[in-house]
Amino acid sequence: MGGRSEGRRVIGRALRKIDAAAKVTGATKFADDLVLPRMLYAKLLRSPHPHARIMRIDTSRAESLDGVAAVLTGKDVPTPFGILPVSQDEHALAPDRVRFVGDPVAAVAAVTEDIATAALDLIHVEYQPLQAIASAEDALKHPEPRIHDYGDTGNLHKLVHLEFGDVEEGFQEADLVREDLLFYEGSTHLPMEQHAALAEWAPDGKITVWSATQTPHYVHRALAKVLDLPASRIRVIACPNGGGFGGKSDPFNHEIVVAKLAMITGRPVKITLTREEVFYCHRGRHPTLMWVKTGVKRDGSITAMHFKSLLDGGGYGSYGVASTYYTGALQTVTYQIPRYKFQGARAFTNKPPCGPKRGHGTPQPRYALEVHLDKIAEQLGLDPAQLRLRHLVPPYTLTANYLRVGSMGLGPCIQKVVEGSDWKDKHKKLPYGRGVGLACSSYLSGAGLPIYWNNMPHSGVQLKLDRGGGVTVFCGSTEIGQGSDSVLAYVTAEVLGLDPLDIRVVTADTDLTPVDLGSYSSRVTLMTGNAALQAAERARDILATHVAAKLAIPAPHVAFADGRVFDTADPETGMSFAEAVQTAEAAVGTVGTVGSYTPPQSAGRYRGAGVGPSPAYSYSAAVAEVEVDPETGIVTVPCIWIAHDVGQCINAAAVMGQVEGSIYMGLGEALMEEMSYRENRNVVHKIPSMLEYKSPTTLEMCDVVTYLIEDPDPNGPFGAKEVGQGPLLPVAPAIANAVYDAVGVRIDEIPITPEKVLRAIKGRGKGEAGRVGPTRFPDIPWPEPIRVPPPWEGGDGRAKDSQREPAGALRTRVGDR
Amino acid sequence: MARSNPKIERAHIALVVNGERTEVAFAPHKTLLEVLREDLGLTGTKHGCELGECGTCTVLLDGQPVLSCLVLGLACEGRSVKTVEGMARGPELHPLQRAFADLGAAQCGYCTPGFLLAAEALLAEHPKPARQEIKDALAGNLCRCTGYLKIYEAVELAAAWMRGESAAPPEETLYGR
Repeated sequence: MGGRSEGRRVIGRALRKIDAAAKVTGATKFADDLVLPRMLYAKLLRSPHPHARIMRIDTSRAESLDGVAAVLTGKDVPTPFGILPVSQDEHALAPDRVRFVGDPVAAVAAVTEDIATAALDLIHVEYQPLQAIASAEDALKHPEPRIHDYGDTGNLHKLVHLEFGDVEEGFQEADLVREDLLFYEGSTHLPMEQHAALAEWAPDGKITVWSATQTPHYVHRALAKVLDLPASRIRVIACPNGGGFGGKSDPFNHEIVVAKLAMITGRPVKITLTREEVFYCHRGRHPTLMWVKTGVKRDGSITAMHFKSLLDGGGYGSYGVASTYYTGALQTVTYQIPRYKFQGARAFTNKPPCGPKRGHGTPQPRYALEVHLDKIAEQLGLDPAQLRLRHLVPPYTLTANYLRVGSMGLGPCIQKVVEGSDWKDKHKKLPYGRGVGLACSSYLSGAGLPIYWNNMPHSGVQLKLDRGGGVTVFCGSTEIGQGSDSVLAYVTAEVLGLDPLDIRVVTADTDLTPVDLGSYSSRVTLMTGNAALQAAERARDILATHVAAKLAIPAPHVAFADGRVFDTADPETGMSFAEAVQTAEAAVGTVGTVGSYTPPQSAGRYRGAGVGPSPAYSYSAAVAEVEVDPETGIVTVPCIWIAHDVGQCINAAAVMGQVEGSIYMGLGEALMEEMSYRENRNVVHKIPSMLEYKSPTTLEMCDVVTYLIEDPDPNGPFGAKEVGQGPLLPVAPAIANAVYDAVGVRIDEIPITPEKVLRAIKGRGKGEAGRVGPTRFPDIPWPEPIRVPPPWEGGDGRAKDSQREPAGALRTRVGDR
Repeated sequence: MARSNPKIERAHIALVVNGERTEVAFAPHKTLLEVLREDLGLTGTKHGCELGECGTCTVLLDGQPVLSCLVLGLACEGRSVKTVEGMARGPELHPLQRAFADLGAAQCGYCTPGFLLAAEALLAEHPKPARQEIKDALAGNLCRCTGYLKIYEAVELAAAWMRGESAAPPEETLYGR
């Protein structure tokens, strides 16, 4: 039961979000809802080739079309950009090479969208096609032609090799050593809102860009770089996002293009991508092939684990270096793993770039690990829930790879879903065609390190206290539907004893709000919550000091509640909040405070240690019940029981919404969603539409029974941890394990489509293994491992040899290629 | 930039929008979605695909839910269109809007107008719909945030209010079990 904690009036309660009324009346202004006088419309010409050299571009006919104001090509925006300092490999418009079908090569601004579209047809581009690389395996086979002239080798963008203790020694100690191969297909965010951006150039030389972005701070940096303008002249405003899920976390071509077009034309320029173009922007789940080998004792305790992943990255770097590390980072934070080895590779391919989708790099390995453990439990004759419960990572410990686990509520999570689902009466006991499966997971409450190396806070808040009693919170955080604006209001309201509706929130505006790094890595509640908490406590202290002086009582006696500031010893003695502000303002002048948050320093000091650390980890456990039709292979999911350790609910209803939404998105990935391309036909996306890209409708969505576990973490505001991403992670493996329980076949490949299930069932009928999944992990030219002794072998977080690294992977090669 | 102007040709129709008689002129190929958003300034109606696939642009045309991206503006001459802007009565939210707000059935809020109008059409015909009837009625609307559950619960809550019952959401809806 969630969070109506003693003495708190706001935190933990199920309240309306502060923007709910605007959302249900259609009043919320999304980026495409904005219109400015004299506004032009932009369109992008995109490559029809997956891989080609641009030999010549002729824009003259487009330029002479009536109504066209400007045409841009790559030469107009030559500076590369990219979200990670180590992958500055994108251009607003391709200067000399296109790397996937849909890569933008030219842009038009015209007085109407129709004219802009017509102008695209008048641009002539001469391409010289190059051999296209269609898959990660293809990239391994063909180091040439290189898609990029940087990266670890050939068409391998990134190779990672980390070793924490001697896994071979661990395998020798084991009673059982098992290896498994699994594959997780790529999927996309599919936010309901298509990306859109609007730019306005002012004659004083300043530019404003409104955009559907989750990361206005990073867009700000990219614009300054590519437009070659001081950041102080650029204002980025992130509009409320109509869904993001990670798909609006990169700086994008279209954002830079409208800014440049506005500078050239002196007029506002707007672009709204079509749904097809959103598929080309992508940055979604990396298709990932995985191999996992684990040694266990008879009681299920793990002696060593070795994990390999091969990611299909698409045409650009995006967050891919981080994604690669993430496929190997969080295996260690759920069950005790004394020795751990990880090898990860990301390939460049000629497809839309992959990047961060809800769970960023961790749903794939979590699926692999939890299915693998299910198989191990069966081989050992252990109950899968018991196997996990016996070997949980203890709270407040360091893992083999130096992640600092704080509060850890996975045990209660498992117990809740086991009881709630009648697991013991169902597992292995339901009739053929019905089954249950269990899986667990963990996720970050914010990345411990920033994307570009700096030692400043990750989140900042300013509070303005008005003598009328109003409080305004200024913060760079971005509302993407998760409720981040409301979190700021709740935290401030709780501390100052106000109604959240008395709080005005101004967010995501680089001119007005202190930097928050953005809505990614489930960082916002913890980091902005802590920043707001600090600012609000400072405001409370200022008010308390001056109210105490006026009332002639000790400052610690001053309390804040119900819009009043009063003496706890004599609650009748006090004043309204507005009078308290006036009292302070009369004494010291204008009242305002700031607060900020910087995550604790992480423990790892090896190269690669920057991905995985977090101030706190959330935990989830899920049981899925499935029905499998052996005649058709169709899997239906009547119900999923999910328990999530959120530390402390800030708003219980919002937490419920994040849990249910995560289950939904996990269900879609598990059963139907896939980004698929015609490998032999130009690597073109098969299905760039919402009709053909199957996602769950009301008819496929399962029932969800949710248990909220509150194990407060000392690093979270009021103890809060993340909830937006973690509950997605156990869904796919729980369903895969349930399918096995139902019909005895292993679908070691996501999505679990009817075709695969039927193939496995038929195979089993013919005496085959009853499995569909990958059969080999290719040879990869791995570098020498970075050897880091785990804490219990006397390690201090540093690598054994000279590959010592101060902190973090992503700071190692800052700068442009 | 030196060509002759394309022929100026605009359709001019009268229709009723959110109960008000309205006249509007627009390029004749425009969809109702475009006319509403671009020519009438009613940006509460959203778009997710403009191909009739996602349900986001749902409005009521003579009381029936339609995908406004698939209806020509010209086809609305003399007809009655209801958008999300027409749901609240003055400052008072429609019960569906209230329930969506209370339960968090609107997260990002982008699909919300379409769901609200599809739900309003359902409740006009079925004041006490079964859960399955709600699912069927909303099957053409995609939502990527909520997993639909809070939307079902909000429709049920609003339906109860509209029947004059003093309903409240079950505790586990808001706090889990």
